Amino acid sequence: MSAPQKRLEVVGRSRRRVDARAKVLGQLRFADDLVLPRMLHAKLLRSPHPHAVIESLDASRARSHPGVHLVLTGRDFPVPFGIMPVSQDEYPLAPERVRYVGDPVAAVIARDEQTAGEALELIEVKYRALPTIATPEEALAHPETRIHDYGEQGNIHRNQAYEFGDVEDALANADHVFEDLFFYEGNTHLPMEQQASLAAIDGEGKLLLSSSTQNPHYLHRQLAQVLQIPAAQIRVIACPNGGGFGGKCDPGGHEFVVCKAALLLGRPVKIGLTRQEVFYVHRGRHPVLMKLRTGVSRDGRLTAMHLQTLLDGGAYGSHGPASTFYTGVLTPVTYELPRFKFEACRVFTNKPACGPKRGHGTPQPRFGQEVQLDKIAEKLRLDPAKLRLNMVTKPGSLTASWLRVGTTGLAECIRKAVEISGWKAKHRKLPPGRGVGIACSTYMCGAGVSIYWNKMPHSGVQLLVDRSGQVTVFCGSTEIGQGSDDVLAAIVAEVLGVDTGVVRCVTGDTGLTPVDLGSYSSRVTIMMGNAAMQAAERMREQIAGSVCETLGTTPERVAFSQGRVFAAEDPGKGMSFAEAVAITEAKLGTLSTVGSYTPPKPPGKYKGGGVGPSPAYSFSACVVAVEVDEKTGWIHVPKIWIAHDIGRAINPVLARGQVIGGVYMGLGEALMEEQVFRRLPPKLSAALVHRIPSMLDYKSLTALDMPEVEVALIEDPDPNCPFGAKEVGQGPLLPVMPAVANAIYDAVGVRIDELPITPDKVLAALELKAQGKTPRIGPARFPEVPYPKPMFVLPPWEGGDGNESKMPRPLGVAAS
Amino acid sequence: MSGTARIERRRNVQLRLGVNGEDTEVSFAPYKTLLELLREDLGLTGTKHGCELGECGACAVLIDGEPQLACLKLAIECEGCSVETIEGLARGKELHPLQAAFADHGGSQCGYCTPGVIMTAKGLLDHEPEPSRERIREATAGILCRCTGYQQIVDAIEHAAAELRGERK
Repeated sequence: MSAPQKRLEVVGRSRRRVDARAKVLGQLRFADDLVLPRMLHAKLLRSPHPHAVIESLDASRARSHPGVHLVLTGRDFPVPFGIMPVSQDEYPLAPERVRYVGDPVAAVIARDEQTAGEALELIEVKYRALPTIATPEEALAHPETRIHDYGEQGNIHRNQAYEFGDVEDALANADHVFEDLFFYEGNTHLPMEQQASLAAIDGEGKLLLSSSTQNPHYLHRQLAQVLQIPAAQIRVIACPNGGGFGGKCDPGGHEFVVCKAALLLGRPVKIGLTRQEVFYVHRGRHPVLMKLRTGVSRDGRLTAMHLQTLLDGGAYGSHGPASTFYTGVLTPVTYELPRFKFEACRVFTNKPACGPKRGHGTPQPRFGQEVQLDKIAEKLRLDPAKLRLNMVTKPGSLTASWLRVGTTGLAECIRKAVEISGWKAKHRKLPPGRGVGIACSTYMCGAGVSIYWNKMPHSGVQLLVDRSGQVTVFCGSTEIGQGSDDVLAAIVAEVLGVDTGVVRCVTGDTGLTPVDLGSYSSRVTIMMGNAAMQAAERMREQIAGSVCETLGTTPERVAFSQGRVFAAEDPGKGMSFAEAVAITEAKLGTLSTVGSYTPPKPPGKYKGGGVGPSPAYSFSACVVAVEVDEKTGWIHVPKIWIAHDIGRAINPVLARGQVIGGVYMGLGEALMEEQVFRRLPPKLSAALVHRIPSMLDYKSLTALDMPEVEVALIEDPDPNCPFGAKEVGQGPLLPVMPAVANAIYDAVGVRIDELPITPDKVLAALELKAQGKTPRIGPARFPEVPYPKPMFVLPPWEGGDGNESKMPRPLGVAAS
Repeated sequence: MSGTARIERRRNVQLRLGVNGEDTEVSFAPYKTLLELLREDLGLTGTKHGCELGECGACAVLIDGEPQLACLKLAIECEGCSVETIEGLARGKELHPLQAAFADHGGSQCGYCTPGVIMTAKGLLDHEPEPSRERIREATAGILCRCTGYQQIVDAIEHAAAELRGERK
């Protein structure tokens, strides 16, 4: 940076976010608020069967129903899609086979929703039911009932194994080996806004889709592929999302349907999913069964870990290949772990596809690891906070799996959480029925590689300024409520020394904005932010170079602050920002700069080493207090304390909101949220159906259930991040679930090794305790999973170079 | 049912009601809920929907001063009623204190539940100018929010209440 260091004027101050006014006025237009002249309405017919062959589909009666303009079926969509290049396994409308209750098979486009709904009932579909796969155990036991004809084998979608150093050898030499099984039930995003999309043909004859999507760029590419028209003929506008949480990352069948219909009819076509359909679209948290074998030294340091995961993927690939990696790759980032073996397997089942939900694959192993650490501390008679504090990873260090840790505020987070919660006076010291638990976590600040392989930037920003003094910033980033527009405006405003009020953000529009990969993996602040910073610094340099003569100073001594441009040594000598732009515009012509950001190359060079690396990692430590009623098993959470290493908070009021919101979602997953299924009785086909596709039955916390959260932001700016700012959208969710489980143990001495932790499970564990049995509720066995032979990579401290290498001993031979 | 009967059933009906203080006359399909009337026939899309089944609370509006879910109210039941929606809350260009407090204290993240929760809060503060945090939580518990964890919503309502009582500027 060439400019004089100045005190930050925008970054770090609590401000009204730039999009707040439109939101509180009800002016903000979400996708379903859009209306166009001659607009038609689409509705989807969905399969009532979890697994069946479509023998015939007769839509003739629907087609002739008054008010119906078009009926689409699987035949209209010969090309499949899938967010990951390796999992192109889904069709907008299923052509010949349905794989879950809710799989769309036909679409009616009519003058209004009512008519479309009536016509759906006139479509006659003959299904031939197939055997259904309900669980990963069934998927492994019945490879003959194949849900897809691709994948590793049978119903195994992804299967992988990595070993970083000889783990069996380390476990054999450990003072203690802890072996635990955990289960994390699936749950869903439940965004308040149901997905909606409006497709139209614009005045130039191009397709325009306005949609509630988190990833307009990936959707853009998929539309071109499925509709077989050039991407340049398609424009995708990501409307502000009414909550995403990962649920609007995958392209949805409905988005292709309205586009196809608009192309065929030449009229605008809109769809709004019902809440029930949102449950079917899902792409939520994978149910994951986990086995952790962890070696520990006498003094409470980890020597090795063998982590096995089994993911219930649901009916389609979705982000599955990435999800599978994420059930392990971030495990070594928090604590020093000399050796690490990670085996993961994702299987198909006849349920809605699982995908990315806030934390994407990492909450499950984090739950297991942090509960196991609590057991380790208990056994070794150590304080669980101190146990963690003693082994946090060092700044800039590498993990056994070759992830670069970068800056870490984890130790500070633990100290702070311990301090503000009064941990030392409470843990193991509260009266029966009351307890506290601690847990920590980490999350990426953006995935190091794109979803499709390419060498281009992950985020691009274009900046326009003109003589009016207005600043317009363009970026493909998507506002899903997290405040990305505010971050964009703040960074540009800070660099140019103007108020965020003069910055106009144009975002999430593939027709206008440079590519940004989307709102996922907590990447936006870092990647968009760095691109914005580069664009703004380039603009500042142009302005400084143009006005320095007038100000009688050198370009380096030109200061930008509070809407003025002046000589640093003589602040009285200056002009307004608009005047400075006018001088620059006169000298250089029309003013525009661009910035882009590509993450650094990861140190791990082995195949698969691209998942997990990130420019920076955030860290969190959380203490939860619980009160457990031993008669009813009821769990009350009176208070939660959390410290989050954010690097720097761009807008503290928003950052705190992200932390509390993450804690909220984590507490819901800990105590009640679950997306579960049941088999119908045999006389009703024994098919597998969604137990609770409604908001009343899918329990989530209300304002009355949610405790007050005390938040401490730990700010140690990270050099890879704009103004040092790390992520805050996902990380703070992660420690909550294990902290709850650990607090329940502290309160009543029972271990609930599966989520959600409901009163009936607590009661059952208390009963076991009363009978003198092991007071634990959780999975009892881990099935035989045919994991492949692991790829062996030597850790950095054992002479590795980041590539695959030879195992020092033959596989399968126990270490001495 | 014959085709003619269907068309008959669809004939529009007339309704008069007050919307944000203005007398409004509207012709609409009789099966519509107040939510659909507001959003589709009056263009007031500030009122949101999250389920259309009375489960999420996003569509809360004030009917004769009381918070009610617009998705559970048939529009034809609203003859002569006074309906207040988020669009009617600001005082000219100035935000209502509730709107300003939500904007300043993080009460609105994605903004989707915001209209429903602000209207519900207005219904509360009109009757109870000094509610406790617990009372605020109770009064707004029918509106689900997936972003905020509710804490900053409660903060915002507390701040707005204080301002409405003239205690803060």
